[in-house]
Amino acid sequence: MSSQAAGSSSGGSGDGGAPRRNSRKPKYSKFTQQELPACKPILTPKWVISVFVLVGIIFVPIGVVSLMASKKVVEIVDRYDDACVPDNTTDKLAYIQNSTIPKTCTRTLKVPKDMKSPIFVYYQLDNFYQNHRRYVKSRSDKQLRDASKANDTSTCDPESTINGVAIVPCGLIAWSTFNDTYVLAHNSKNLTVDKKDISWKSDREHKFGSDVFPKNFQKGSLIGGKALDPNKSLSEQEDLIVWMRTAALPTFRKLYGRIHVNLTENDTITVTLENNYNTYSFGGKKKLVLSTSTWLGGKNDFLGLAYLSVGGLCFFLAFAFTLLYLIKPRNLGDNNYLSWNRSPAGR
Amino acid sequence: MKRFVYINDEYQNDYCDNRISNTKYTLLNFLPKNLWEQFRRFMNQYFLLIACLQLWSLITPVNPASTWGPLIFIFAVSATKEAWDDYNRYISDKQVNEMEIWIVKNGARKHIQAQDIRVGNIVWIRENEEVPCDLVLIGTSEPQGICHVETAALDGEIDLKTRVIPSSCVGLDHEQLHKIKGVIECPNPDKDIRRFDANIRLFPPFIDNDICPLTINNTLLQSCYLRNTEWACGVAVYTGNETKLGMSRGVPEPKLTAMDAMIDKLTGAIFLFQIAVVVVLGSAGNIWKDTEARKQWYVKYDDDEPWYQILVIPLRFELLCSIMIPISIKVSLDFVKSLYAKFIEWDEEMYDHETDTPAHAANTAISEDLGQVEYILTDKTGTLTENKMIFRRCCIGGVFYGNESGDALRDVELLNAVANNSPHVIKFLTVMTLCNTVVPIKSPSGAILYKAQSQDEDALVNAASNLHMVLVSKNGSNAEIHFNRRVVQYDILDILEFTSDRKRMSIVVSDCQSGKIFLLSKGADEAIIPCAYSEQRIKTFVDAVDKYAQLGLRTLCLGWRELESDEYLEWSRSFKEANSALIDREWKVAEVCQKLEHSLEILGVSAIEDRLQAGVPETIEILRQSGINFWMLTGDKQSTAIQIALLCNLISSEPKGQLLHINGRTEDEVARSLERVLLTTRITTSEPKDLAFVVDGWALEIILSHYNEAFTELAVLSKTAICCRVTPSQKAQLVKLLKSCDYRTLAIGDGGNDVRMIQQADIGVGISGREGLQAARAADYSIGKFRFLKRLILVHGRYSYNRTAFLSQYSFYKSLLICFIQILFSFLSGIAGTSLFNSVSLMAYNVFYTSIPVLTAVLDKDLSEKTVMQNPEILLYCQAGRLLNPSTFAGWFGRSLYHAIVVFVITIHAYANEKSEMEELSMVALSGSILLQAFVVTLEMNSFTFVQLLAIWGNFVAFYVINFLISIIPSAGMYTIMFRLCRQPTYWVTLLLISGVGMGPILALKYFRYTYKPSAINILQKAERSGGPMYTLVNLESQLRSDVENTNISISTTPVKNKNSVYEPLLTESPIISTRRSLVSSSFDIFQPAQSRTTSSYPRNIKAN
Repeated sequence: MSSQAAGSSSGGSGDGGAPRRNSRKPKYSKFTQQELPACKPILTPKWVISVFVLVGIIFVPIGVVSLMASKKVVEIVDRYDDACVPDNTTDKLAYIQNSTIPKTCTRTLKVPKDMKSPIFVYYQLDNFYQNHRRYVKSRSDKQLRDASKANDTSTCDPESTINGVAIVPCGLIAWSTFNDTYVLAHNSKNLTVDKKDISWKSDREHKFGSDVFPKNFQKGSLIGGKALDPNKSLSEQEDLIVWMRTAALPTFRKLYGRIHVNLTENDTITVTLENNYNTYSFGGKKKLVLSTSTWLGGKNDFLGLAYLSVGGLCFFLAFAFTLLYLIKPRNLGDNNYLSWNRSPAGR
Repeated sequence: MKRFVYINDEYQNDYCDNRISNTKYTLLNFLPKNLWEQFRRFMNQYFLLIACLQLWSLITPVNPASTWGPLIFIFAVSATKEAWDDYNRYISDKQVNEMEIWIVKNGARKHIQAQDIRVGNIVWIRENEEVPCDLVLIGTSEPQGICHVETAALDGEIDLKTRVIPSSCVGLDHEQLHKIKGVIECPNPDKDIRRFDANIRLFPPFIDNDICPLTINNTLLQSCYLRNTEWACGVAVYTGNETKLGMSRGVPEPKLTAMDAMIDKLTGAIFLFQIAVVVVLGSAGNIWKDTEARKQWYVKYDDDEPWYQILVIPLRFELLCSIMIPISIKVSLDFVKSLYAKFIEWDEEMYDHETDTPAHAANTAISEDLGQVEYILTDKTGTLTENKMIFRRCCIGGVFYGNESGDALRDVELLNAVANNSPHVIKFLTVMTLCNTVVPIKSPSGAILYKAQSQDEDALVNAASNLHMVLVSKNGSNAEIHFNRRVVQYDILDILEFTSDRKRMSIVVSDCQSGKIFLLSKGADEAIIPCAYSEQRIKTFVDAVDKYAQLGLRTLCLGWRELESDEYLEWSRSFKEANSALIDREWKVAEVCQKLEHSLEILGVSAIEDRLQAGVPETIEILRQSGINFWMLTGDKQSTAIQIALLCNLISSEPKGQLLHINGRTEDEVARSLERVLLTTRITTSEPKDLAFVVDGWALEIILSHYNEAFTELAVLSKTAICCRVTPSQKAQLVKLLKSCDYRTLAIGDGGNDVRMIQQADIGVGISGREGLQAARAADYSIGKFRFLKRLILVHGRYSYNRTAFLSQYSFYKSLLICFIQILFSFLSGIAGTSLFNSVSLMAYNVFYTSIPVLTAVLDKDLSEKTVMQNPEILLYCQAGRLLNPSTFAGWFGRSLYHAIVVFVITIHAYANEKSEMEELSMVALSGSILLQAFVVTLEMNSFTFVQLLAIWGNFVAFYVINFLISIIPSAGMYTIMFRLCRQPTYWVTLLLISGVGMGPILALKYFRYTYKPSAINILQKAERSGGPMYTLVNLESQLRSDVENTNISISTTPVKNKNSVYEPLLTESPIISTRRSLVSSSFDIFQPAQSRTTSSYPRNIKAN
């Protein structure tokens, strides 16, 4: 501003502060003034070290318990995809695709430890991508649930129709249902594999209709997997229901059935299996798994080991920090560490 | 280009009607126009592209709704806000447009709506009514032909302005006004509210058919109010949106904060990263498809595919990765930014009781910039000072008054001189009383109030009335003065107005008794003293001016001359001619005025005090401590400016500080002077000196046009500068110069002359002061007092910066987290672009689960306000952008990668084999991510109010509630999943493991850095929260000061700790505590040698970060 603002029109005069009835003063509240009571924790050594100790104390027992649970599980895993192909076969793919050759195969399993019922029978596939984008989307939930939506096959490509007639159940997943079968014998006595209730109850009741029957299924030029009994409703086709709960990982086990008999150590189990399913084209493995179960599920050392190592690491960190604290103690709130406070005296 | 307005003509002209429209949209064009505006932003285009791609079901990993939903929501929110604003504008326009107005039609008065006024109509306005359009005044109720208007809505000035009718219309009665015909020749509409160069010519039978000049003083502009006048009538010349007000309305350019720019940059980087991921994974996917997937009969790839199949997998990955750029960030940022602005407006501590003004944030989008200010350019008068002028001293005819008491009005000698009718003093007082544009208003109680446009004039007239020379009334050309119970009447013949170029004003009066004609002048010393008659000894006056200026007083020189009537008459004619010029009127008038203003008898010098506002020195000191450089730009003279600068801690006196002058009249002189100063500055930067330079407007003009580079270097080297005698456009130029060096600038001012600088700067702050609201209106923020600036910057700016830094980086963190999990999953799903998560989860993750807790970061405070005020240096972290830059962002990036790996690896191992069901596994991974992000927010927040705790952990509970709800819908893919999971011990054990592994290292790292490599913020946090006594620099210094005042001993403040802090290089460079002026200078000579690096590396450091 110029000092000689005589007559300058950018002036203003008078007192604008004439008392007004409505003050424009902001209303007070703790929120508007940003004064809400707040707790302001800081990372004190005491606090941090105790957190690490506490985490260690919690994690190590959990690790021990988990590991014990996993160790308690008795598991028999038998890979049979290679073994079940006659030795003289040069082209395994041609062998498996040739439907005229009988594919029965017998395997003998030895029980390593006592197994208490129920014993779960799984088949395990390796290198099988049920989670492939093209595969996982190729199904029609509406069609599976509702008989009237049989023609709702738009999402099922490339396995939706044959000659313009809708396939029920459509899609790649249903088409490629696993079709190896196992017959178990124990001490030359038949071992019943209970195939009831192997699928989720919610699936049987709400996802697969009891009035939906397979139609036009596996009638194409290329046969994928299991053929379905057209007289059984989908909700009763439990193998299909299990298969259609797609696995998220390329290695997975699916429940084949349960055995309600206890097995004792060194028992031998004879498995007569139909080796139908083609994993040879992509080098996938097929395994038969018999396993008991605990509160943590099947055999899985990972959780136990992870807990133990994390717990151990926490103890180590707590120890290291304590040591560090004792060797190089730091006073809280010593402003002398501020460089700008340091400088005045630094002359 | 001219416009001819025929008064009261029946013929319809094609100028627009008086309908005012401020609306942006109409009902019809709202949707397309609004969408178009929204899609001009890159982010929106990106999201639209993604959303469109998702419509192709072959490539979309998830339901398109997961993108369309949020997108439409965001658009709807923005559009609704726009629509609401526009509707409000429409309503207020409608009110104005439908206002009932009297106009003259066919010789009779008629009521019409304001929107139907046409150019040429005669409009009648009664007292306290609003002027509906721009009018040329032709009649008023006052016999002298004047009226008073309040122009607050136009320029914010709250005083009353006098408007007069043109001379040719004087004396018309009602009847004549109804029938008047004539033509007004005026320029095409423009937005200059200070100029109206036009002519009026009335047709016979009216008067003399003579051309009569019109100025802005003959107009009533739209939105002014008629006051103290019963009625007035005028001819509409500009209507509707073509009025002066309508033309000056404009949409200011939106300002982008440094932080927004950084976020945009980071977004761009993420976008590139995303493209890279898409290219790599896309081609890997295609290769895998052609080698492996062909063997996988169950996938059933066709052998001959259409060509576009090669694009399918890359595009799928593009869609999978599209969530890397969080769609929620814009909404979140808009939300928190408006809350920051609200916090500023709600702040009680920034409420000015005196004028009843709370702080106001006109621009809600740039709060973060406040925390990053590096340069403050401040006006002096009214900004640093109160702009409350008080007449303190004077020098009349060589005699100094008021030197002893500091108040001339109580100086006995002066009172005696007045009582004794000392001729010099009487002349002096007469000029003080008459030579101004003050309007005296008699209040009902009989007291006289002065309405002045300039505070200086107000002070002079009031002082004169205290010295018994009272301006009683001013009616048109007649002024009445009471002096020592005598009544003196003057006729005011001409007013030679003040302009910033002339720097003086004069008035020609004739004494009614003697008939003598006088020229009375007042103005700046350099504008008046050269006009003195040749024999006069002017040395005393020059000395007086110097002396007063050194005291920080504003000086005015007063002079007068008796005119011969011949001389006057001749001059008067040319003056009239110049005044009616349509082109270059201002220049011509100035030329003519010059012809009269010479051979003055200098009467004396008046000195007016303009006190510093409360808290100014402290505010400047704290802000300088925080590393902000101050430039003072003022129109005042050099010595006054320097004095004020000393008073308010801007510069220090020798030996502590050094002031370098750049001066010179010619180009060469200025160049040499600049070179010298630059040299000194380069050398002295290594010395502990508070360096500042002074430059005046004249030299600045030369420098800016010829020596820009050298000056830029000087500007960067010197922390303080005083620029005096600068014009508004130079102020703006200086702002531009600093901006071009990549500095964040804040301009603060209060008057109309600061408007350009305020608009030019990154942040404009207006003081809603006595000079009207013009500056406050143009500004992004307006505050009542200068001292609130420190709170605005240190508290609001700093918190806003910190909060946005956290919020924006966190937004990327959580988006990247989920995206990395998807990418990791793609390696286990044949690189085919399968989404692990279902559509509902993905959408809810971005919109609900992760965006709500972090919004409560607006309540986060890392340090208490008190601590920040005590340690303003901490602002450096914001200034230098330490909390949001590529390296901090890399930290968050790494953290999200780490967390994604933790979540994914643990999940796939815990849920392997028979448990690897897709829906279950994805929910486990999602729960893990949600849990981790809750922990991250908890760890990164510094203070917790119940709102934050509620948001963080309530959100976690809400996650389960929402998923339980979805799990009971049979048709949902997730049917029963959540119930199944919650019953499995494995689920909980897995989650606990994820949180342990995810947070353990982060806590350890944070603790380690917090304790062993603490930042200054950490140290202060610890100090503040451990509750010990805080020895900060500020109270240390105040302690010291009291010591020094007594004994003047030098004390070493703190023990020497020569530990190397990580942040040392920058912190040591922060401009250290300035100076308690000379008093403690010896003991506070604390600039360290590192100074040499200071200014040269400081900016680069900042930018490099």
